[in-house]
Amino acid sequence: MRSQQAMALNNDGYLAPEHFDQVFSSHGTIMIFFMAMPFLTGLINIVVPQQIGARDVAFPFMNSISLWLTAAGAALVMVSLVIGKFSTAGWTGYPPYSGAEYSPGVGVDYWIWALLVSGVGSTMTGINFVVTIIKCRAPKMRLMQMPLFTWTTLCTSLLMAFAFPALTVVAAMLGLDRILGFHFFTNDSGGNMMNYANLIWIWGHPEVYILILPAFGVFSEVVATFSQKRLFGYKSLVYATAVITVLSFSVWLHHFFTMGSSPNVNAVFGIVTMIIAVPTGVKIFDWVFTMYKGRIIFHPAMLFTIGFLVTFVLGGVSGVLLAIPPADFLMHNSTFLVAHFHNVLIPGAVFGYFAGFQYWFPKATGFKLDEKWGARSFWFWIIGFYLAFMPLYALGFMGMSRRMERYDVAEWQPFLIVAAVGALSVLIGIVCQGMQLYVSIRDREKNRDITGDPYNGRTLEWQTASPPAEYNFAKIPDIQDIDAFWDMKQRGVAYAPAKEYEDIHLPRNTGIGVFLGGLGFLIGFAVTWYIWWLVALGFLGVLACLITRSSQDHTYQIILQPKSRPMKRLVSRHWRKRNQHRGISGHEHIQP
Amino acid sequence: MNTYSPKTTGSPGPTEETLDIRDLGFWLYLMTDAIIFSLLFATYVVMFQNTATGPLPIEVFDIKHVFGETVFLLFSSVTFGFASLASVREHKSQAVFWLIVTIVLGLGFISLEVVEFVGMIQSGAGPQTSGFLTAFFTLVGTHGAHVSLGMIGILVMIFQILIKGLTSPVKSRLHRLGMFWHFLDIVWIGIFSIVYMPGWLI
Repeated sequence: MRSQQAMALNNDGYLAPEHFDQVFSSHGTIMIFFMAMPFLTGLINIVVPQQIGARDVAFPFMNSISLWLTAAGAALVMVSLVIGKFSTAGWTGYPPYSGAEYSPGVGVDYWIWALLVSGVGSTMTGINFVVTIIKCRAPKMRLMQMPLFTWTTLCTSLLMAFAFPALTVVAAMLGLDRILGFHFFTNDSGGNMMNYANLIWIWGHPEVYILILPAFGVFSEVVATFSQKRLFGYKSLVYATAVITVLSFSVWLHHFFTMGSSPNVNAVFGIVTMIIAVPTGVKIFDWVFTMYKGRIIFHPAMLFTIGFLVTFVLGGVSGVLLAIPPADFLMHNSTFLVAHFHNVLIPGAVFGYFAGFQYWFPKATGFKLDEKWGARSFWFWIIGFYLAFMPLYALGFMGMSRRMERYDVAEWQPFLIVAAVGALSVLIGIVCQGMQLYVSIRDREKNRDITGDPYNGRTLEWQTASPPAEYNFAKIPDIQDIDAFWDMKQRGVAYAPAKEYEDIHLPRNTGIGVFLGGLGFLIGFAVTWYIWWLVALGFLGVLACLITRSSQDHTYQIILQPKSRPMKRLVSRHWRKRNQHRGISGHEHIQP
Repeated sequence: MNTYSPKTTGSPGPTEETLDIRDLGFWLYLMTDAIIFSLLFATYVVMFQNTATGPLPIEVFDIKHVFGETVFLLFSSVTFGFASLASVREHKSQAVFWLIVTIVLGLGFISLEVVEFVGMIQSGAGPQTSGFLTAFFTLVGTHGAHVSLGMIGILVMIFQILIKGLTSPVKSRLHRLGMFWHFLDIVWIGIFSIVYMPGWLI
């Protein structure tokens, strides 16, 4: 996209307008729904059950449905590249442009069904993790002892459960308009297209925090581990997260200050938008104070965290500027806005996921990532980011609007060339990540994480083996403090074998989730192409799957613990190896 | 590396604790559904004056018809309550009987609604006519679709009670289905007081 804009001075560039529109629409859709959402859900799935000392999530079957529905939604976007075309209406698909009259093709239908199918999956993920965190914690873990990533997951899950239905509603309404000729958002017959902007942003703004809160959780874990200190202001971080969760539902109107609400309405939403920056600022200070006087280890996860701290503040400040309605009237839909939201989402969400990826990789796979390539990718990413998006701030002030596939202002071109260079640097950063993965997998025997606790971690997920057993914990851990595992290490009980192990009650595997995902894809595809018999067949299939599943009672299995001896050996072997590995005998503070 | 591979055995059902957890999950699901309905309500309130060239609310709503629908649905909630009480007291045949009564009442409600919808569409007041009717059909139709799904659920539960008996998983499913059914009742009360009543008053 950037290279298109760099070259397109006074000519058509190399992409046709129609194609460029598809590119920016699918870029937004894929990045939000099929990069960010699965990435954060994946981190949550790996980490949260272990952080709360649980053996599984509350609803493992529903979890599998969520996964396969997300895959089905992504598959719909992918198929649109081959069969038919994707939407050209941007990732928010505003009517009337996205209505049947102006977008008669199948593109918008693909977009709608990709959102509907994966949106249902996200709602279920939200419900699942709220219940998991509320009900499945180790018996002694109080809410105010939960690790911060678990807290942010709880808030994100609440947002998912309560915001995604709005997306379902608005996408379904647009679909009804397009397919059955309803008049929700049409220009004539009493349609109200401003209602669309309201409905989609009632989902869309909480979505921003759905993306960002888990990343805040990652930063909190990473910053405490690699500063080797307890997190500064744990309670203030929890409260700040909760405040953001509540306020996120009351700022949606700032996405369309220019739509013509009264000055009072705009003022209220502008002020709330500025207020939401306050808890976020609290968090920034908490992280900085955690680092203060800490013994900082510059692991790539920590590099991404520091990069985030610096860059995110800039994005936040430009956001507060945009929150002033009169200023927003000048900058609305300009590249200033594009620069702003990339400036919050790339450090705020993407860097967070990368940090989480670097941090928890050994936990999921059993071997560590190569740190050298990780650091290289960080530097290319952050330099590329600044080069790519800082010029856009300036361009916004110079009057360039977003989503332009050609322009005729010669002064803009130097800025756009710099931005394209930045995009190239980000690309090199991505290549470095690929190299990192390759090198790490090649040297996996050398980087094996035999201890389960490669960074001298603080929270419970580091107590399990890497990768963890199917049941995570042979014995449910006994929690007495906030950094529970750190506390256990201090007390010398982290690896003490239990006197007795009980048999473990775990769910059986089932393939019905895959079928449901497949059927979701089928229904979406069939509606897009108006193959009604296939739609009916799809829904009947869904019903059959659900009835079958609801009639199964014996969905669990028991894992036997034979007299505790093998476990005991396993545990003590871990303990010995860990100490040899570190060359220590006790559990002192480990110097970098 | 985890070299120890444990033996597994048996295929037990969920524990009482897992059933309890499922209740909370179902409450959350009901809340998400409540959000869907509340947005549909909000949209209706925004759009009910957008009648364009189509009929006004007062011209299409029939008070006797709606009264019939309401009676069917509210009584079906009562009979579902009887079925729940019977299942708590382990009266298998009573539970099945009251579920059948509930399904009959539900069918009464749905058929009245279908008659209402078909009549409106035939008289030229279909959902494609105006913004008001679009919002009306979507809100009331979504509720109707929920009721239909609920009836399929009741049918499944009747068979489960007959085949499996009132085991604890079956009872817990019946309990959740009951929550769903009563929830639909509450939504209907919302539809009655926000959609139909102002229709006559204005």
